[in-house]
Amino acid sequence: MSVRRLTEKQPASFAFTPENLSWAKAQIGKYPEGRQQSAVILILWRAQEQCGGWLPQKAIEATADLLGMARIRVLEVATFYTMFNLAPIGRFHVQLCGTTPCMLRGSEELKKVCRRMIGEENHVTADGAFSWIEVECLGACVNAPMVQINVDYYEDLTPESLTRIINDLSAGRKPKPGPQVDRINSAPIGGPTTLTDPALFVGNGKGSEAKAPSGADSDAKKPGEAANLRDAPMPKPPEGDATDPRRN
Amino acid sequence: MLADKDRIFKNLYGQHDWGLDGARRRGAWEGTKDILARGRDAIINEVKASGQRGRGGAGFATGLKWSFMPKQSDGRPHYLVVNADESEPGTCKDREIMRHDPHLLVEGCLIAGAAMAANTCYIYVRGEFIREREHLEAAVQQAYDAKLIGKNNIHGFDFDIIVHHGAGAYICGEETALLESLEGKKGMPRLKPPFPANMGLYGCPTTVNNVETIAQVPDIMRRGAAWFASIGRPNNTGTKLYCISGHVDRPCNVEEAMGIPLRELIERHAGGVRGGWDNLLAVIPGGSSMPMIPAGADQADTLLMDFDGCRDKKSALGTAAVIVMDKTADIVRAMARISYFYKHESCGQCTPCREGMGWMWRVLTRMAEGRAHKREIDLLWDVTMQIEGHTICAFGDGAAWPVQGLLRHFRPEIERRIDQYTANADSTGVLDPAVAEAAE
Repeated sequence: MSVRRLTEKQPASFAFTPENLSWAKAQIGKYPEGRQQSAVILILWRAQEQCGGWLPQKAIEATADLLGMARIRVLEVATFYTMFNLAPIGRFHVQLCGTTPCMLRGSEELKKVCRRMIGEENHVTADGAFSWIEVECLGACVNAPMVQINVDYYEDLTPESLTRIINDLSAGRKPKPGPQVDRINSAPIGGPTTLTDPALFVGNGKGSEAKAPSGADSDAKKPGEAANLRDAPMPKPPEGDATDPRRN
Repeated sequence: MLADKDRIFKNLYGQHDWGLDGARRRGAWEGTKDILARGRDAIINEVKASGQRGRGGAGFATGLKWSFMPKQSDGRPHYLVVNADESEPGTCKDREIMRHDPHLLVEGCLIAGAAMAANTCYIYVRGEFIREREHLEAAVQQAYDAKLIGKNNIHGFDFDIIVHHGAGAYICGEETALLESLEGKKGMPRLKPPFPANMGLYGCPTTVNNVETIAQVPDIMRRGAAWFASIGRPNNTGTKLYCISGHVDRPCNVEEAMGIPLRELIERHAGGVRGGWDNLLAVIPGGSSMPMIPAGADQADTLLMDFDGCRDKKSALGTAAVIVMDKTADIVRAMARISYFYKHESCGQCTPCREGMGWMWRVLTRMAEGRAHKREIDLLWDVTMQIEGHTICAFGDGAAWPVQGLLRHFRPEIERRIDQYTANADSTGVLDPAVAEAAE
């Protein structure tokens, strides 16, 4: 298990924005009466997004007060789950998968790229744009090696394509998520070996699959309401915090 | 090879519409009302007759698991919980279902819920799968809007689906840890008994199933148990999503029949082992928790990819995530990295696991360099045996088995490295290698 502690430099206060507060109350309503504690991960996650990608102590306390939980119980949750960042991160937070399936296909080389372009692990660049961390399996093993940058997966990477992605992001361009080689999602390179029978998709006599799809793959990739993409300017980390070790 | 018409996941690669219209064109939501009308017992008996075993790793018979739920409610609600916390290294199949065929899952939840009189279903998605969760939530919303689920829906069985998510903890894939997490606590597994079928979520009867298991149910009900049972071998029936990663030419996910020979699976769909079949060193057949199987005539060459086939080679099918390693792989380092994964993900509740994971990782890291004593190989084996079976959940077993697999098949390689390290000692002699990093 990893030892995770709160960072020393903490902002003085935290309050949910009105829209996040009403969102949080709607989440609580999904769970049975008296079981509002179930929403703790969802609300902490939203609080983390509101704080620019990390979770200050005051946000943990505000979540506890909102849910009527003991603060230590929420602190336990925040330190147990590794997606809660307990110290500031860059605007683009690169999570590099280093577990065996990715390691076998070259994640070590990607680590060198991150060190060269961003710096040491858990270190935020001076302009606040980038940070990186090695994480455990992200569940895209047939597209190894891969990284997650904020919400998107970038798969089938080489040192060259990762360099290009980081350059694109720092220049304000939006690189295309998903496989960075010529392949369809998790199908083999060169095209699927299965599901090639066109009769499959004529099914039910209800018309051809080829007709205008109502939900293309990209449809759900629009920014979520307040949360999923960080369009607002990044709040500045507390002073003097840049050198703090953040995670173990 | 499995014929295309027998595949369940027809949009595995996301080439088609994942939404409600597309799913309907592929046959989803057809005759669901008739299926529910057959009643609880008929659904459970059909699933039992199909021989479906859970796709999440343990391979427990699905119909039997469902039959453990109380027949009569004692006033407590029943819950269905879907385990979409897919985190086993090598495994990436549920992700494809959630982002490319979510309606199969939603429909499966409704049928499973009806079979267990559970009016509420929670789907626990791993936190990192943000895009996948967006697809799933959109699909659930489409189903609500079309009155397929929800209160007073067209199927006549009130059913709510709530998509919940975690925040990065492998252990939450363990069913009781998942329930703890869903209740808003740290994901620490519970002692069993009481089993979730009696005391699960919020102290109520609960069944936890894997995404793939549930998503297969609508097709089993529509096409019949006999169809499902006709694929594969007895006791290992149906189709399975295989994830082939590592040292193959074209890594991929593919749906195939249970019991397909490993070699056929890799060569037909994944372009073969890098450098040819003879270049194979070892394969992990079922996600990182399962012991590896080395190359060889009576080992990987003849391995059949199903529950019994893997058991015959002293491993297990697990999640059917095939991690292939060719002869360029540093097998000891690869296993040390898996040990690091388990060290990182141990919840810290049981001492053998919390302390043992870090210990195994440190020793394996030294062994990868050869900086160890040969007697430590036996000591390491001994420690794995002390972890296995001595923890609340199966995490300890799953972390001990890959190390046991390494020692069972690659002991000579570790000894060779130790000899090499010793031979390269400088003139001042070799320091006791264990001193530098004692087993803390």
